[in-house]
Amino acid sequence: MNKIKTIFETGAPGRCAVMPEPLDVPDVSLPEVFQRDTPLALTELSEMDVVRHFTRLSRRNFGVDSHFYPLGSCTMKYNPKISESVASLPGFASLHPGLTLVPAYRETCQGALEVVYELERLLAEIAGMAAGCLQPMAGAHGELTGVLLIAAYHRSKNDMKRDTILIPDSAHGTNPASAAMAGFKTVTLPSNAQGSVDYDAYAALMGEHVAGVMLTCPNTHGLFEPHVAEIAALAHEHGALMYYDGANLNAILGKCRPGDLGFDVMHYNLHKTFGTPHGMGGPGSGAIAVGERLAPFLPNPRVVKNDGIYDLHFGDSSIGRMAPFFGNFLVALRAYVYILAVGGEGLKKISENAVLNANYVLARLKEHWRPAFDGLCMHECLLTAADMTADHGIRALDVAKALLDRGFHAPTVYFPLTVKEGLMIEPTETESQETLDDFCDAMLEIARSAIEDPESLHHAPVSLPVGRLNEAQAARNLDCAALPQNKS
Amino acid sequence: MNPDTLKYTEEHEWIINVDGTYIIGITEYAVDALGEITFVELPEVGKFLERSEDIAIVESVKAANDIYAPICGTVFAVNDTLEMEPDLINRDCYGKGWIVKMKDVNEEEYADLMDARSYRGYLKTV
Repeated sequence: MNKIKTIFETGAPGRCAVMPEPLDVPDVSLPEVFQRDTPLALTELSEMDVVRHFTRLSRRNFGVDSHFYPLGSCTMKYNPKISESVASLPGFASLHPGLTLVPAYRETCQGALEVVYELERLLAEIAGMAAGCLQPMAGAHGELTGVLLIAAYHRSKNDMKRDTILIPDSAHGTNPASAAMAGFKTVTLPSNAQGSVDYDAYAALMGEHVAGVMLTCPNTHGLFEPHVAEIAALAHEHGALMYYDGANLNAILGKCRPGDLGFDVMHYNLHKTFGTPHGMGGPGSGAIAVGERLAPFLPNPRVVKNDGIYDLHFGDSSIGRMAPFFGNFLVALRAYVYILAVGGEGLKKISENAVLNANYVLARLKEHWRPAFDGLCMHECLLTAADMTADHGIRALDVAKALLDRGFHAPTVYFPLTVKEGLMIEPTETESQETLDDFCDAMLEIARSAIEDPESLHHAPVSLPVGRLNEAQAARNLDCAALPQNKS
Repeated sequence: MNPDTLKYTEEHEWIINVDGTYIIGITEYAVDALGEITFVELPEVGKFLERSEDIAIVESVKAANDIYAPICGTVFAVNDTLEMEPDLINRDCYGKGWIVKMKDVNEEEYADLMDARSYRGYLKTV
């Protein structure tokens, strides 16, 4: 096994990468009370040692720029470099956000305020809603903001009896977490055998105690909710509001709008749908959009346009700030560049190709890896390794690890919890047919190995610096250097 | 414990009355679905629980799952060993991997739970 030394295992005493200027002020010792008892355990390295160490680590990276990354529900699409070059323009990258808050300096950051204003407008348009807000720092933060807006709406009508949010069993775990953080009880909506919300069970749970319903559409089974319009209509009939989790928006971009489906508030994952770096490659952005009813409660401050000048407005009914300034501004800027670069028609093509690619993978694999649900999928396909587990002792985890050996990032496994041994594959629109074929060939080869030589898969990965981890120990004991198992 | 003598819930908890103390754990089916268990959050001793109320949280490499009280009653003892060795549940879910003991329970609710035969029948439907 190709073990990498940690930076603390390299270097030698006295080695140094910087040569400080000679001391030109009197040498002063720290008072003894502030001095350490033992020297800092820092490694001493030359400049070349440092460069080689980090270059070596960077080559171990597994990212969209180097590998196919079909991590379901994460939309790991290619991040266009035009977004990077615009985000690194000094006028944006070096701008101090505090300038936007000082009226006298606001004219110096009109460009940045225009980006916020215009992107919020575009997001509202794509959502089919009235207004957008860039503040939330990532998806779950957007959920929390959205649920707080729902709470503020009911409070403004002095409707205090609504203490419950309904959430499907296939939802991302962040949905109930966000609702609970905003002070609501959560009640789980069961899925039916087709993988959609069980409408009758939903109708039975709906009532005057329900503040809102959080839906992901398409859901995490990769299926469009067939009853979404009826679900929204029934919620509104009972005075509840509809929350759209935008994690899977890449499937319907420009094809249908959550606002038109009856949703009152949604969050975007700009880092998923609009191709900004994520998954250790950069922070997220959980911008939201809201319908007319919730717009008065949006976080302050709002960027407004008065006589061609961008200014800030502080609304009286606002839930207050959710983040400093305008959220992860440079991430939002990249998303703005992305939207302008592809244009309205481009957005539709994105979802068409995302759905096409997922169905291509599904069609090539379904004879060998059983689909969790029948029929076509949307932007991701959900397979199950349960048959392989029963017949050959090969679990979804083994498949994930075996893919690493074959040069692919693993799909999402064991999610959603509604499906046993789930493998959730989201190829995204940016992959070519050749890449999809290479991936499918690898999956079919793993299926053959599962039948003919299952033991070989239990040891995967064998080609990476770290082999099969002891998962339980890894979860309990974060001393990573001690993790590899001896048996492989 | 002999699985044949236990009572069961649809959420895959088992429970048995041993001289008025009701021992509770999770079934082999639940353990198999969870995978390797990494953490168990136990309730406070003395806590009164309604039936189906959260009694413990079991976290595995795959997911975190709530464990529900099969019947109402008072927590009499918890298996502290699980805090250091949660994988006892993986190794011996019907024995050393027990989770909670209850007393002063609702005996009618206990009588209404599935026996081993009905639970095996139920497993064929899930």
